[in-house]
Amino acid sequence: MDGILQVESLTKRYGGLVAVNDVSFNLMEREILSVIGPNGAGKSTLFKLISSFVRPTSGKVVFQGGRISGRAPHLVARQGVVRTFQEATIFKGMTVRDNVIVAHHLRSHASLFGFFLGTRSARADEASFARSADEILDFLGLGDLRDELAGALPQGHLRALGIAIGLATDPKVLLLDEPFAGMNQDETMRAVDMVRGVRDRGITVMLVEHDMAAVMRISDRIVVLNFGVKIAEGTPDEIQHDEKVIEAYLGVEDESIGT
Amino acid sequence: MSVVARLAAFLALVVALLVGVPKAIALTGRVDLYYTLTLTSLLSIASAGVWITFYIGRINIGQAAYALTGAYVSAILVSAYGVSFWLTVPIAGLVCAAASVLIGLPILRLRGVYFAMVTLVSTEVARLLALALPITEGAKGMVNLPLPGPLDIAGVTVIPDFAHLANLRLGFYLLSVVLMLVTFTILYRLVHSRVGSLFLSLQQNEELASSVGINIAYLRIIAYAVSSFFGGISGAIFAAISQSVYPSSFTVADSVNFMLNCFLGGLGYVVGPLVGTFVLRFGWDLLFQAEQYQLLIYSIVLIGLMLVLPNGLVSLVGIRRRKAAR
Repeated sequence: MDGILQVESLTKRYGGLVAVNDVSFNLMEREILSVIGPNGAGKSTLFKLISSFVRPTSGKVVFQGGRISGRAPHLVARQGVVRTFQEATIFKGMTVRDNVIVAHHLRSHASLFGFFLGTRSARADEASFARSADEILDFLGLGDLRDELAGALPQGHLRALGIAIGLATDPKVLLLDEPFAGMNQDETMRAVDMVRGVRDRGITVMLVEHDMAAVMRISDRIVVLNFGVKIAEGTPDEIQHDEKVIEAYLGVEDESIGT
Repeated sequence: MSVVARLAAFLALVVALLVGVPKAIALTGRVDLYYTLTLTSLLSIASAGVWITFYIGRINIGQAAYALTGAYVSAILVSAYGVSFWLTVPIAGLVCAAASVLIGLPILRLRGVYFAMVTLVSTEVARLLALALPITEGAKGMVNLPLPGPLDIAGVTVIPDFAHLANLRLGFYLLSVVLMLVTFTILYRLVHSRVGSLFLSLQQNEELASSVGINIAYLRIIAYAVSSFFGGISGAIFAAISQSVYPSSFTVADSVNFMLNCFLGGLGYVVGPLVGTFVLRFGWDLLFQAEQYQLLIYSIVLIGLMLVLPNGLVSLVGIRRRKAAR
């Protein structure tokens, strides 16, 4: 059991508060792994640690044999570990298509100066980015909206655009921050299919999520955090019958563990 | 506008500026306009630089620092080292770009009003440096700078010696206007290439840009360096025209004006700083008739324009076109 990405004894302290405490787990290639936990369990911090937007106090994150924690986010993205954001973090003032085109940055062969001059390789890059952007938009059902201003999209489509931006980087691991938050049943269903589709493109998916029903439906494996500590790890079936997990959620939102 | 229409409009502008304006001035005898137009063209080059920093989402109130630096670099090289003026222009630009890299590394992390404040202070720092350094000759400034000599490339005289020009004003006018046209062509290309999209992505959301692998620190530096390069070359030419440079040649007020030019013209349009500079400059001159009320009227009009046209004067064209499309 080696996997594509290892989280090793990861700890993050904010002053006296230990947001993430000695958490370890492996992410296997082409799986969908969800991290769940009650509010304040340290999910978001863990997410930022893995995408290297936050530096760990101790421990490390290893991707394909190389340490990625503590490096600049754009370098981590360059290696193939790319995050999306909670809510609607997009380039609001650009069209949907331009959002995805600009996110192809990691695939460029031409230099900045080459793009300025419009060299042959820059033009080849631009053409291939546009083609790839259209493919991704069609794949996520945004094809008809490609010329809309991104800031004018409705909520559900914004989430899809966030994923499209992530896909444009050609990631090996895509980290999704609460991809189903604020969605109704129908939208969640569609989003679940979308995330499965992403995995079927050969991309390993790790997500942090509140929506239990969706998590149970979509995940190959689940990691449960409580007060910054990993209290369980296993298949959805195992998690649903785990004593510690039930305890952690008891009295707070026990019904929401789902089916 | 189609590509052909754009090109035609651009060529018409080039002909109007290089042939039409000198003809009109010769006919009317308003030779004083040469100086105003020359100065305005130079100011629009510096404003174009400020516009680029706006384009990556930074408010830059420090362009006068680079204009002043560029002016001194050129003046010192010409007078103390006998370097050809034509060589000192790109050198002044490059020195400013290099300085902006050093200054930008720490301060470009700042956003919003914090970045703006630091740039504002940098103008004052540049003035104080010019006062203090021995090489800039302090408060008395550098005067009696020689006029630009001839520019020879491979034995061919491309630009004649300015000291022997029959019409010196025309010479400086053509120099500034050509440089302005080149600057805005570069700016247009920059913004409409992928580099422009990358700059825009910084303006919109730096965190997201960084998450898709864009090196935001590097791009910010590039944008700021290009911005300062434009400031430097405009300053260098200013020094040659006035044949002098003082610590007060470019002050905080100039920095603010460069920024206002961009605001008024429009931050979303490449020609914004060009239009803004010309309208502000000529607006100010026209209000000369109002004597002591000049500044008052000017300020009120500015505030009014910003309220009515938050996207700048150039947005008027866009609005009309959108209405026509309906």
